[in-house]
Amino acid sequence: MKLELHIWRQKGPREKGRFVTYPVGGIEEGMSFLEVLDVLNQNLIGRGEDPVAFEHDCREGICGSCGMVINGIAHGPRRGTTACQLHMRHFSDGDVIFVEPWRARAFPVVKDLVVDRSAFDRIVQAGGFISARTGSAPEANSILIGKETADLAMDAAECIGCGACVAACPNGSAVLFVGAKITHLGLLPQGQPERLARARAMVEAMEGEAFGSCSSHRECEAVCPKRISISTIARLNRDYIKASVARPRHASGKVQEPVGT
Amino acid sequence: MHPLGRAYASTVGKKYAMAVSGVILFLFVVLHMLGNLQIFLGRDALNGYARLLRVEPALLWAARLVLLAAVTVHVVAAVQLTLRNWAARPVGYERQRYLATGYAARTMVWSGPIIAAFVVYHLLHLSIGTMHPDFVHGDVYRNVVVGFSVPYVAAFYMLAQVLLGLHLYHGLFSLFQSLGASHPSYDRWRQPFALAAAVVIVLGSCSVPAAVLAGTVR
Ligand code: HEM
Ligand code: SF4
Ligand code: FES
Repeated sequence: MKLELHIWRQKGPREKGRFVTYPVGGIEEGMSFLEVLDVLNQNLIGRGEDPVAFEHDCREGICGSCGMVINGIAHGPRRGTTACQLHMRHFSDGDVIFVEPWRARAFPVVKDLVVDRSAFDRIVQAGGFISARTGSAPEANSILIGKETADLAMDAAECIGCGACVAACPNGSAVLFVGAKITHLGLLPQGQPERLARARAMVEAMEGEAFGSCSSHRECEAVCPKRISISTIARLNRDYIKASVARPRHASGKVQEPVGT
Repeated sequence: MHPLGRAYASTVGKKYAMAVSGVILFLFVVLHMLGNLQIFLGRDALNGYARLLRVEPALLWAARLVLLAAVTVHVVAAVQLTLRNWAARPVGYERQRYLATGYAARTMVWSGPIIAAFVVYHLLHLSIGTMHPDFVHGDVYRNVVVGFSVPYVAAFYMLAQVLLGLHLYHGLFSLFQSLGASHPSYDRWRQPFALAAAVVIVLGSCSVPAAVLAGTVR
């Protein structure tokens, strides 16, 4: 099949970008969307032009690096699918496709379709440690976890940090990502000792970045390749409010506030 | 800093404050509507109810202060959050397809201020009377009937109620999220609840100007 791609080209963080139109032929149904870009890039390299920069690593939907907005939808038209797992059988011959980078002040464009998502790393780092025993492996059944709890924690742990939630949110809010991280450990017994301190630290780190706030548009949930639920956002809100009203009694991953502040 | 102030400094805390003030305003809207519907019980019922509200000025002013505080918190937080949200997406998309959000959710920033403008007009019209063609203190029934006999005034009232309905259709869902109220046992009822409450408010509030226009209340 043959496609008409309109791709955002931007040489560097401070350069002005624009859409460039590329007709691409020889596309097969079994190719992934990233492979289409590979084909295009081979052509560009052959012509001595600069290939389109885009991020990718695993190409199997687990690393979270391949984000791009395809025809107005983060990761493209298939629900629960990353761009690398989006196959061309969902498109038709002659389709016109716009490809844009994530648009958010917190995710500045590095080049073409590559954005800087290190704001997410800083939030995760702010989460700190959990009090897990190191040394010899503990007996696996010494802490029992109900099946439902384990499933819900696992659902939240599926988040791959791709940033589609921020890209799709009209407010550029990161609460689905942060909610997933807070829920993942917050549900498990091992995450309890630092639970509130962690929620507070992560939300405060999020506030320090240029993300917007949640207006419950639910766009994040709709584009999330891992179908993280907005119930994780409710949990983030609950834990954060609890944490800021109740002083943490436990050691946290951060240095404790001195008494009296 | 006080824990509440520290919480409010975050967007999460601001949304919490918006939700709490939104609940207060919503409860007021419900009670206000129930009070007004007494117009269908006749002149004496409505005017008697209006007199009852004024029996204890201290109580009346306490209620007004609570409402004023709620409005202030709601509007200040709305402005702060909206500015931050706009700044978070400086470059928009060439193509943007929405999958989940709707008209009500995307127009909260506009339905809100229009409701505020309507409330100011409404106070000048039916509370203070300066924007009323023929205001008689204490005769609420008559003021309402005379006021709504002007078709464009009645139409503006009804338009404002529809906007309030849109605001509530999204707001009454969103506040569950902001307050952290989510559980598989009731999550699927949150949006239907918001829809039902919004419809009841719109129909109930519009019934008064509609009845005056139709001549059933005169
Ligand atoms: C009768 C009056 C009003 C009622 C009952 C009401 C109710 C609500 C409720 C329940 C919410 C949801 C809060 C949440 O998401 O947690 C909300 C959100 C909102 N309200 Fe109001 N509101 C009223 C008036 C206003 C006014 C006067 C403004 C003017 C600025 C306003 C602006 C907003 C905005 C912008 C939001 C969305 C905030 C966001 O999602 O980020 N509202 N309102
Ligand atoms: S919540 Fe979903 S959309 Fe957001 S970063 Fe995680 S996997 Fe990506
Ligand atoms: S390349 Fe790893 S998720 Fe797409």
